[in-house]
Formats: sequence, structure tokens, C-alpha cells
Amino acid sequence: MTGSVPLVEMRDISIQFGGIKAVDGVTVTLHPGEVVGLLGHNGAGKSTLIKILSGAYQANTGSILINGQPVDIRSPRDAKALGIETIYQTLALADNIDAPGNLFLGRELMTPWGTLDDDAMERATRDVMGRLNPNFRKIKEPVKNLSGGQRQSVAIARALHFNAKILIMDEPTAALGPQETKQVAELIKQLKKEGIGIFLISHDLHDVFDLSDRVSVMKNGKLVGTCRTSEVTKDEVLGMIILGKLPGQQTAAELEEMH
Amino acid sequence: MTTAVENPGATRPRGARDLIAALEIDTRLLAMAAALVVIWVGLDILTGGIFLTARNLWNLSVQTSVVGIMATGMVLVIVARHIDLSVGSLLGFVGMIMAVLQVEILPIGTSWTWLVSLAAGLIAGCLIGAFQGWWVAYRAVPAFIVTLGGLLIFRGLAWWITQGRTVAPMDPTFQLMGGGLDGSIGAFWSWVVGAVFIAAALFKTVRTRQRRNRFNFPVRPLWAEALILAVSIGLIVSFVLVMNSYYRPRTQIPQGIPIPVLILIVVAVAMSALTKVTKFGRYVFAIGGNPEAAELGGINVRKVTVMIFVLMGFLAAISGAIQTARLNAGLNSTGSLLELSVIAAAVIGGTSLAGGVGTIAGAILGALIMQSLQSGMILLDIATPMQPVVIGLVLIVAVWLDTVYQKRRR
Ligand SMILES: Nc1ncnc2c1ncn2[C@@H]1O[C@H](COP(=O)(O)OP(=O)(O)OP(=O)(O)O)[C@@H](O)[C@H]1O
Ligand SMILES: [Mg+2]
Repeated sequence: MTGSVPLVEMRDISIQFGGIKAVDGVTVTLHPGEVVGLLGHNGAGKSTLIKILSGAYQANTGSILINGQPVDIRSPRDAKALGIETIYQTLALADNIDAPGNLFLGRELMTPWGTLDDDAMERATRDVMGRLNPNFRKIKEPVKNLSGGQRQSVAIARALHFNAKILIMDEPTAALGPQETKQVAELIKQLKKEGIGIFLISHDLHDVFDLSDRVSVMKNGKLVGTCRTSEVTKDEVLGMIILGKLPGQQTAAELEEMH
Repeated sequence: MTTAVENPGATRPRGARDLIAALEIDTRLLAMAAALVVIWVGLDILTGGIFLTARNLWNLSVQTSVVGIMATGMVLVIVARHIDLSVGSLLGFVGMIMAVLQVEILPIGTSWTWLVSLAAGLIAGCLIGAFQGWWVAYRAVPAFIVTLGGLLIFRGLAWWITQGRTVAPMDPTFQLMGGGLDGSIGAFWSWVVGAVFIAAALFKTVRTRQRRNRFNFPVRPLWAEALILAVSIGLIVSFVLVMNSYYRPRTQIPQGIPIPVLILIVVAVAMSALTKVTKFGRYVFAIGGNPEAAELGGINVRKVTVMIFVLMGFLAAISGAIQTARLNAGLNSTGSLLELSVIAAAVIGGTSLAGGVGTIAGAILGALIMQSLQSGMILLDIATPMQPVVIGLVLIVAVWLDTVYQKRRR
């Protein structure tokens, strides 16, 4: 895969909030059919980085290339038009609206008379949710009445329904039980086969390790480095997260101290 | 899977809870309707049978229209986590514009004077709404402050236009909007309106059922559908009957539905449709539920916010026309303190000040409850200074009851 034109290249991205450099000169790439895990401590800048790709924030400096072409992503709408779908860490659901309303928020299906086509949206929702969480029944209820896991399923369903080419998953399984987490893992493998590129952010190192082809580690807004998962151990990645050093630079003593 | 899926356990209702669940009606709306019935019966007993006469109910409906129309807009404003304190002043200012146009600027006695002045008033309402919405959406000044400023600005302007002079009388056609002497549509047309609504209710029920069955979505049990339909038709027929039982003074000619009430009905239907079947309505609720999610969904939150205030300005202008027509004069004090009645109606009607929650039907019920108390107190000869005291207490208690109810549901 290396050598071919990446699906996404975020080049030298920086963004500042007030005085804080939340992301500082980070470069990451993603190829079709590849899963890249983004790792780092709380506040490392992972969510901020991917929010730049999803159009929620605009980078202060740096550029984004899709299939080698520079693109200008100024809003979530722009990102979606480029086939970028995002599952946000905060889920980004309107609590007072039901699952179909949330699934199609901003992209409502309309009848020929220009009114909301609630039937079509409900049908589509039942379809996707059936794949994701077959026990899901509360289609017509405001999502605030759903459990954390059910809400997460709705957020995942939203990203799935629109046939993304690039999928961003920020802690997609944080609220899910073991059963549903496994389902999401299966899903990721399946989407990967379909040639979709996935950025996966998770605090569960094991999950990321099992699913990702490469991992990029961030610390204090900076990129520590990117490794092929087949070429490093979990301990070495843990070392990157905690020490902020590449595997070659970690000393045995430092690794020892981590445990 | 050829038959319709019915809600499990809903086929044979056991308790009141099951019954309500099967009917799938908003329990809060039901509670409000119950409160209204209690208030009406109570006031009727206290007034010795005067309250529930056709005459009083007819007047009550006219009095409700001005606040009711604006309350439908206030629902959207509050749902989107804003507030509009300027509607009373806006109503007064726009009413004054329409009055001055009719009396002092446009030729008196033409067939189009009323129309041009009305159109000018409605446009002014929209522009004022756009102005306030722009400050809120694009300059991020809290709506409370912008519209508090608006409250002062437009009251001042209403005074300034004529230097405080009262302008009268209004164009005769314009006066009809106030529901005065000839401002009702008579028995025949009232029945036509009733028939249209019954037909619409039947059509909607059948259509919804057909559609949901086609996709195998769950539907209400048949008996529940029939019950709801029967109650709706009963309410429509009773409404027309009451409106037709009030006669023009010293005649046997039924008044029928007053024009301002007809306007309220049209506004209520339109606003209900707006909230339920349009993108705009969906976005207003999404913004109220989670502004960040709305933004991330690609909704142009600022534009929608401006539109909400434009709509509110438009509705306040309609109410301004009705109020000015009713008074048959442009006064600089028209609509003073009305913003509070409007907000109270929306809130009593179940609109949550935290945003995201509210219904048009609830707001109109809220307006009706407020107006019923007000008119009941007048009939009961309660001293004028005590009337706002009662209304104020009712508002506090109503919202408290609602919070208690919300907590218990969770
Ligand atoms: N909108 C914002 N305004 C100001 N500061 C922000 C904003 N968003 C993020 N930050 C700051 O940027 C830094 C990176 O935050 P970010 O949410 O990207 O971390 P993260 O790696 O996703 O952490 P976590 O694992 O906890 O989700 C933090 O210091 C945070 O406080
Ligand atoms: Mg994060």
C-alpha cells in the first residue's frame, strides 16, 4: 500500500485554542481499506485532529489531501460531500429527536411535495439498526430515552448509512457492551474489506492493536510517530504513549518503570 | 408478515395507563386539557353558570386569538433556546404603522387601503424580526438582551410615530379582523370550516394507517384510532355549535366563528405543520436539543435562528393587526406587557425553557388557560390589582408541577 496515493493525507496540521496548541504540526495518512489507530493520553489532541478532517474545526496551518488532491474543508457539510463520515466522541445527537431524525439530521429525505419523508427515514433507520443492533426497538422515541450503548449505535448507524469512503470513529465503543463491541469490530473488518479507510480512536489498546494496520501516537498535540502494528509490540506502543518516544529510543529502564 | 403489527399489550386496555399508552397521545397535553376542563367547570360554578355560556366562550375565543397566535411563534423561539421579550412592543409598533397608514397616509375609503396597510405591517414585522435575529445569530448577543432592547426601542417608536397621539378610526374592512360587529363568518361558513376539519381528520387517520401498514410499521389498535377520531370530531362539532349559538345583538342570526379565531386556527395548523413536516421545524428542534450536533450535522444554525425571529415578527404583526382592528384605533400603549402573557402561555403549554421541547397545540391550550383565568376573574369581580397576582402565582405553580412531573417520569 505504501507508495500508492493515500486516500487521506493530513499534512503538517496545527490548530490553536487561545494560547494552547491543541494540534501541533501533525502529519497522518490513511489508505483505502486501511485502519489507522490514533492513540494518546486524554487531551493529546486526537479528537481535535479528526475534527479538522470532519469539518468541525479549521486548521490554522497545514493542508488536507484526498486522493492526492488538496481539498478545502470549511464545514461538516463539505466533509460529508467528500465522503467523510464521523462518529464523534460526544455522539453529537439531538437528544429530543428520535433515531431517524438524528440519522438524517441535515440530510433529511423529502417527499415530492417538499415535506419530510418520515416513513422513508424510519424504514432506512430500521434497516441499518437491524444490522447493527437487532434488539433495537425504540425507533420513534427521543434518543434521550435510550441507553448509552443504544445512543452509540444510532451514532454509528448514521455514519454507516451514507456509504462513507472515509470513516472517522472517535471512541466508537466506549459505551458498548462486549457483545456490541464485538459487532463493531466485525463491522470495521467488513468495511475495511469494502475498501473504506478508517481512523479509529480508542483507549482500548488491545482493540486498536487487533483492528489497526498502523497506529499513530500523539502526545501534547505533537505526533510521536506512526508504526505498523505488525512491527511493534503493545509495550512499545504503550511506551510511545507514555514516554512520547519512538520504540528505538526507549530504554529498557524506562520501559521497566512504566509497569 | 402481511398483517399490521399492533403495539404489544395494547389491544385490550386494562388501566388508564394502558389506555393512554395505546392512544399514543402526549400525556402532558392530556393533563393540560384536563386542567382546562377543571378550570372551566370551576369558573362556571363560581360564576353561577355565566362562564360556560356561548356568549362568554365566544368572547373568550376572540380574546385568546391575539396571545395564541404569538404563542405559536414563541414556542419555536424558546425551543431554540432563545426568548423574545419584544413581541408586545413589536405588536404595538406595527399596529401603529398600520393605523397611521390607513388614517393619515393612504387614501381613505378605497378597497385596497386595508390590504396595503396590512401588507406593510406584516413586512415591517418580518424586518424587525430579521433585525433582532441578526443580532442574536451573527453578533452573538443573547436574545434576552437583544429583545429587551427591542421592547424599549419599539415601544418608543410606537409613541414617536404620532408623538403619542391616538389614531382612529380604522378602515371598515380592516376592522373585520378584530371580530367586531360583522367580524364573524356566520353559521353556514362555520359549518364548512368544521366539515373541512372533520374531513381532514378522517383523511389523515386513514392515510397514516395505510402508509404504516404498507411498511409493516406498528400502528395503533383500531379501537384507539376510532376513539381518537370520535373525540376529535366531537370537539370540532361542539366548537362550531358554540360559535353558532351566540347571536348578533338583538337578532337571531348566529355569529359563527370570529375572523380573528379563524386566523388563529389557520396559524395553528400552519405552525403545527411547520414543526412536524418541514426541514425548518426539524432544525429548530435539533438546535434546541443540541446546538453542537445541529452544527455538526451541517445545519446553518445562524440562518435558522434569523428565520425563527422573522417568523416571530410576522406573527406579532398579525396579532398587531387583530388588536388594532379590535380597538379600532392605533394607540401607543397597545400590547404593553403582552410579551409576558405570550411567554407564559407557551410555558404553561409545556414549552421547556431549557429548549428542545414544546408543541403548538400546547401553547394554544396555554393561551386558552391564561385567558380563561383572566376572563373568569373579571366575571367574578376580582379586584383589578389582584388579577395579575393570581396569574403570576398560576404561572409559578404550573411550571413547578411540570418539573415535578418531568422528574417522576425519569
Ligand atoms: N474547542 C476547544 N476550545 C479550547 N480548547 C480545546 C477545544 N477543544 C479541545 N481543546 C483542548 O485541546 C486539547 C486536545 O483536546 P482533544 O479533545 O483533542 O483531546 P483528545 O486527545 O481527544 O483527548 P481524549 O482522549 O480525552 O478524548 C485539550 O487540551 C483540550 O482542552
Ligand atoms: Mg477525544
